[in-house]
Amino acid sequence: MAATTSAPTVSLQPKDYGSSQEIRWCPGCGNYSILTQLKKVCSNLGKDPDKLVFVSGIGCSSRLPYYMGTYGVHSIHGRAPALATGLRLARPDLEIWVITGDGDGLSIGGNHLLHAFRRNLNIKIIMFNNRIYGLTKGQVSPTSEMNKKTISTPYGSIGAMINPCSVAIGCEATFVARTVDMIPAHLQKTLERAAAHRGVAFVEVYQNCNIFNDGAFKYSTDREIREDHVVELEHGKALIFGKDQTKGLRIGRNYCPEVVTLGENGMSIYDLLIHDERASSPALAFLLSRLRHPDYPEPIGVFRAVKSPIYNDLIEEQIRRLTQERGAPDMQKLMYGPETWEVN
Amino acid sequence: MQLVGTQFTDATAIVGNDLVTLPDYPAEIRAPAGSLAGVSGFQINFASTEVYTPGDTVQTLVAMNPAALKVNLADLDHGGHLILNIDAFTPTALKHAGYEADPTDDQELQGYHVHKVPMTKLTIEAVKDAGLKPKEAERCKNFFALGLAFWLYDRPLDATLKWLDQKFGARPQIRQANELALRAGFNYGNTTEMFQVHYRVRPARVPPGTYRKIRGNDATSLGLMAAAWQAGQKLFYASYPITPASDILHELVKHKNFGVKVFQAEDEIAAMCAAIGAAYGGAFAATGTSGPGMALKGEAIGLAVMLELPMVIVNVQRGGPSTGLPTKTEQADLFQAVLGRNGECPLPVLAASSPGDCFATAFEAFQIAVRYMTPVVVLTDGYVANGSEPWRVPRIEDLPRIAVNHEFPPETFQPYARDENLARPWALPGTPGLAHRIGGLEKEHITGKVSYDPANHDFMVRLRDAKVAKVADMIPEQTLIGDESGDLLVVSWGGTYGTIRSAVERVRDKGGSVSHCHLRHMHPMPRNLGKILKSFRKILVPELNLGQLCLLLRGRYLVDAIGFNKVQGKPFAVAEVAARIDQILNGGD
Ligand code: SF4
Repeated sequence: MAATTSAPTVSLQPKDYGSSQEIRWCPGCGNYSILTQLKKVCSNLGKDPDKLVFVSGIGCSSRLPYYMGTYGVHSIHGRAPALATGLRLARPDLEIWVITGDGDGLSIGGNHLLHAFRRNLNIKIIMFNNRIYGLTKGQVSPTSEMNKKTISTPYGSIGAMINPCSVAIGCEATFVARTVDMIPAHLQKTLERAAAHRGVAFVEVYQNCNIFNDGAFKYSTDREIREDHVVELEHGKALIFGKDQTKGLRIGRNYCPEVVTLGENGMSIYDLLIHDERASSPALAFLLSRLRHPDYPEPIGVFRAVKSPIYNDLIEEQIRRLTQERGAPDMQKLMYGPETWEVN
Repeated sequence: MQLVGTQFTDATAIVGNDLVTLPDYPAEIRAPAGSLAGVSGFQINFASTEVYTPGDTVQTLVAMNPAALKVNLADLDHGGHLILNIDAFTPTALKHAGYEADPTDDQELQGYHVHKVPMTKLTIEAVKDAGLKPKEAERCKNFFALGLAFWLYDRPLDATLKWLDQKFGARPQIRQANELALRAGFNYGNTTEMFQVHYRVRPARVPPGTYRKIRGNDATSLGLMAAAWQAGQKLFYASYPITPASDILHELVKHKNFGVKVFQAEDEIAAMCAAIGAAYGGAFAATGTSGPGMALKGEAIGLAVMLELPMVIVNVQRGGPSTGLPTKTEQADLFQAVLGRNGECPLPVLAASSPGDCFATAFEAFQIAVRYMTPVVVLTDGYVANGSEPWRVPRIEDLPRIAVNHEFPPETFQPYARDENLARPWALPGTPGLAHRIGGLEKEHITGKVSYDPANHDFMVRLRDAKVAKVADMIPEQTLIGDESGDLLVVSWGGTYGTIRSAVERVRDKGGSVSHCHLRHMHPMPRNLGKILKSFRKILVPELNLGQLCLLLRGRYLVDAIGFNKVQGKPFAVAEVAARIDQILNGGD
């Protein structure tokens, strides 16, 4: 079985991972940056394009497979994880990336995502979260903030928003990360971590839809302010943020996170939360995923990266074991069943 | 009841009778025993000649309690044997079953041979050496009844004793008690002079070969596996639990040593999509469901048609619409299979005619799927799926090989190029030099690129249609039972085969000018079918729906077919079909 952590097999340029298909995304869309970094990651890791399969659902993000020069399936709305599951079970040798969006993955396809997480299938799932329906022209999405005015919610949306990383951690996905389209270095690093993970790897990418929801993540992309609104998670490091790195997060009363200023009220780095992405309990990762702008800085980076049995390994393992126990299969014997009689 | 019914069936198969069974079990798993809704029945028809149906009526009825009598008495022939567990006819039980007075003392049972047997008491007495608790001891009474039936019809006990060994090997007390009850029932028949008759049914005259008893769902499972085997490929089966299709899932999951990968999906849609993913990866992929699940799969089946990937979709039909009658049979999903998707979305549809025929139908479905690169729907139904019959087991070397090709020269490879069957190449991900993208958007002919071109769309819609129509080249010509022309042709499909065939034969034996045409290929239909239809003055289409095949035949062949329809969740009776045939032959409409 080809592990995703295997040594580079080919040496290709990022452009060699692209296809000749004309790209149809709106100029200025955050998707371009994600596509660029994805190709870079493939090149950096020496991925064999013939072993890569990109599977998507429906939506702007789901056009991505057409723009990769690899194998790809542009399937139906919300169902990419289910299709990828069948492909993964049939073909342990391929590397499978699911490309989805907030509507595709968390609205129509929510169920499949939950089960891909809990089964810990060895697939990557990249969710382009732009908090809006782009392809269908601007309706509210499950990740849209409350009271948002859109073409389908002219008086403000009244459904609470869902948090993709919380969902993934709640289902105990073994790798959960968040990154931002406009911070290319971080995006690249995060995708590389996902690529190296064995088991399900979920990455939420904040993605700007400049047509229907421009600036939805401005607080995390604007160089002037982003350091005050984003905290970068690093395993084993204290959660410090802010332009001059003077703010931190600690656990306060009733396990509520608190923003503190270092040097004030006797606060030092030793009072702060230390990130542990390898904790077997998902509790800390979940708590971090709940931090939301504007009350808190929003974490980016890897929330969780743990090892756990992998569904597709286990199915192979059962087949191996039963084949060993029962010996070579005999179709004729099976067809005869437990009891036969002869008619002459 | 299902359990002892199965045991009787096994013993009957072993003595070489031909047989057909009709298990009838309640929809609610925990419907209270003794209530009308909780009656679980098992009907078997066996003979020394070929039998095609479980029988319209029964000659012997064993009623273990008043509710069972109430539900089933109407099916018992006059003059038939009625064996009652008289111990169960208590005032409470009678009231529970809605009897005002005890029917066993009543006029109601006049005209039947009534045998009142204190089965509970006799059983408890018989098993007392096994040392069971009273409740457990009482439970052995079904085996007492089975023993009695074995005596009455001269069946050997060996197979059941062997089964008891296997089943209760670890619980010797239970095993012993059931054996004691079984033997006590057998001896009771032998020693009491209650029954003046003792039947001996000689082995049926059937074609020579090795036979086994098989249930429809098991035959479907084996057919899918045999197809993958004959192609040297691995079977992938994805499914979501649903009555009455789940037994295919349960059967296939046993055979991991054949490399069969079984995936219980999170829902019906996921099962269909997983099958698509596996087929894309090169597996022999299949999914199985029943009507409501089929509805959920619809969009994904459309994707499979667009991607032109081979797979088999089994629909074990049940009573609908909606949740309908989950444990009862019906044939009302034909339109859904042939027409039930958005857009022009053709795919081949086959229907199995009997439990054993499920094997050949599932096998053929894969042959078609792979040759034409298309999803194929197999329709069975609750009656065929749960029923069993003796089945002549094919020799594996007599089954055709299924050729699979995944190799294409990269220099000339085009994902939507066509071969002589109009099939596109089954190029697998992971193959060097063949990387390509496919999806649900309309494809450009040959290149497979996304295309919104109007003329291309028109071309591709017709191409997909022509490809499926071409399957008619591969399938055999339609055959008939009876003369090739005449007054009346009865056209049937799927699980009604046995009944309709018996009805037609009954009328033919009396000299009626009627022939029988039973369809397996629902779409496309056999190439000579139009000619056959035009050779008869009238056409009758009996179906367990409101006339779906009838409408298809009228639409396709411009024939004035007449429907004969029943939707009661149970099969036709031979007599009612024969009566309808007589009526038409006598000039009625
Ligand atoms: S609609 Fe929005 S998300 Fe879609 S391509 Fe345009 S900018 Fe990107």
